[in-house]
Amino acid sequence: MLRQKWTKVVVFLICLAPAAWLARNAWMGDLTVNPLEYITHFTGDWAIRILCATLAITPLRKLLRQPDLIRFRRMFGLFTFFYASMHFLTWLWLDKLFDLSEMLKDVAKRPFITAGMTALLAMLPLAITSTKGWIRRMGGKRWQRLHRLVYLSGIAAVVHYYWLVKSDIRLPLLYGAIVALALGYRLAANLVARAGMIPAKKPAASF
Amino acid sequence: MLIKKAEGLRYSDITPKSVYLNRRKFLASVPAAFLAGRQLLAGEKLPNLVKSPLSTDEKQNTYEQVSHYNNFYEFGTRKDQPAEYAKNFKTGPEWMVSVEGYVDKPRKFSMEQLLKLAPIEERIYRHRCVEAWSIVVPWAGYSLSTLLKAVGPTSKAKFVAFESYWDLRQMPLATPDRAGIQFPYVEGLRLDEAMHPLALLCVGMYGETLPPQDGAPVRLVVPWKYGFKSIKSLVKIKLVGSEPPTTWNMSNAHEYGFYSNVNPNVDHPRWSQAKEQRLPSPFKNHPTQMFNGYGDQVASLYAGMDLKKNY
Repeated sequence: MLRQKWTKVVVFLICLAPAAWLARNAWMGDLTVNPLEYITHFTGDWAIRILCATLAITPLRKLLRQPDLIRFRRMFGLFTFFYASMHFLTWLWLDKLFDLSEMLKDVAKRPFITAGMTALLAMLPLAITSTKGWIRRMGGKRWQRLHRLVYLSGIAAVVHYYWLVKSDIRLPLLYGAIVALALGYRLAANLVARAGMIPAKKPAASF
Repeated sequence: MLIKKAEGLRYSDITPKSVYLNRRKFLASVPAAFLAGRQLLAGEKLPNLVKSPLSTDEKQNTYEQVSHYNNFYEFGTRKDQPAEYAKNFKTGPEWMVSVEGYVDKPRKFSMEQLLKLAPIEERIYRHRCVEAWSIVVPWAGYSLSTLLKAVGPTSKAKFVAFESYWDLRQMPLATPDRAGIQFPYVEGLRLDEAMHPLALLCVGMYGETLPPQDGAPVRLVVPWKYGFKSIKSLVKIKLVGSEPPTTWNMSNAHEYGFYSNVNPNVDHPRWSQAKEQRLPSPFKNHPTQMFNGYGDQVASLYAGMDLKKNY
């Protein structure tokens, strides 16, 4: 079923739904008493949720024996970048009023913003090279190596969230656990594969 | 025949609006002497409000805004939660505020007694949250100093410690693991700060008694300090000899100091305090004023103090 074309359309619409909801609320003038806070939290929440989904694809393919899940990974990655960019632009526009020097000062001075910027910047080359053409141009191996930057994004995003909350850390811990499981699975799978491969042939340089 | 019971039906669901609006009008016209004899419910008209020269003439926020955007962690950590989870908060006629410690006449005040202690003034204050947003609210109450003078602080009294109501049956979200802070919520002021006429013992807003999510039935409003100093739903006021512990300072001393005076020059470690958002504007473009604009009145309290160190 996952191989059918329409499934992609459905997943695309599901990922787009939060943005549509936000646009609807903006149109209706229903962005709560504090629109800056509302839009910032809304886009940040969806960015980290879809980021978790992106990272979960690889383990879930293996664990659920559903290799076709791979069809959604790029879309999830790009939607993560989309919501993270909206999150960043909201801050830059409403909070920093496009004052770039103030923005850079904050990035340098405030660790949680440094972490958030790291998460976003690490995604940028991945979004750019997400097309089939770039995979071909770079070659599968190199492309894959570059796209491991998403691990950095995942960790930085969780740290960003953890450092910014005032007191209730339950949600950052939940996302942290999801990212840790998703990355831990890869690490474990890699170690197992290496242990098994040593007698047969030299493992390819990768981790 | 099966008759379904209508659960959660409120009087407001079955009473036509014109009738209960009339009731409010009627209550407003009743002389204060009669009214003072009975317990006021949340959101009921306060009679005979006196205008105050301490009020600002800036544009006020709406009642809807002030009552649906609250930091009140006893009722949830999200801003929209207190309006929902405090809806059935019972403050009751047995609500008492105990004033104790280094005072000549320690005593417990009922709300009825508090409402009669002094004429209720309308004080329109700027309210600045440490999170860099601000609102303008017409509070109702009288200077905290009136209450303190009624009990007579002794010479040993140097600070005032405040404590909020805490009851898990009424506030199931008020646990450290859910809210990330300790309960009961406690705050404190230096005695001279507490005696300053701007420090308000607040019993209402918008001409009515306080709604639960804004700190019913009685709270503090200290307009030159960040909002979290203005403790809600007060049950205890204790005059003490040394600086009392305060909730946010215990939670994170690096970010929330004892003084917490509004100060554009001292950043919160995670964000600048130079500008604020005057809600409901989405833009953080309103310059923060020293002492939230009350410097003329309160700056002398801090003469010679390093406000960067005593943040």
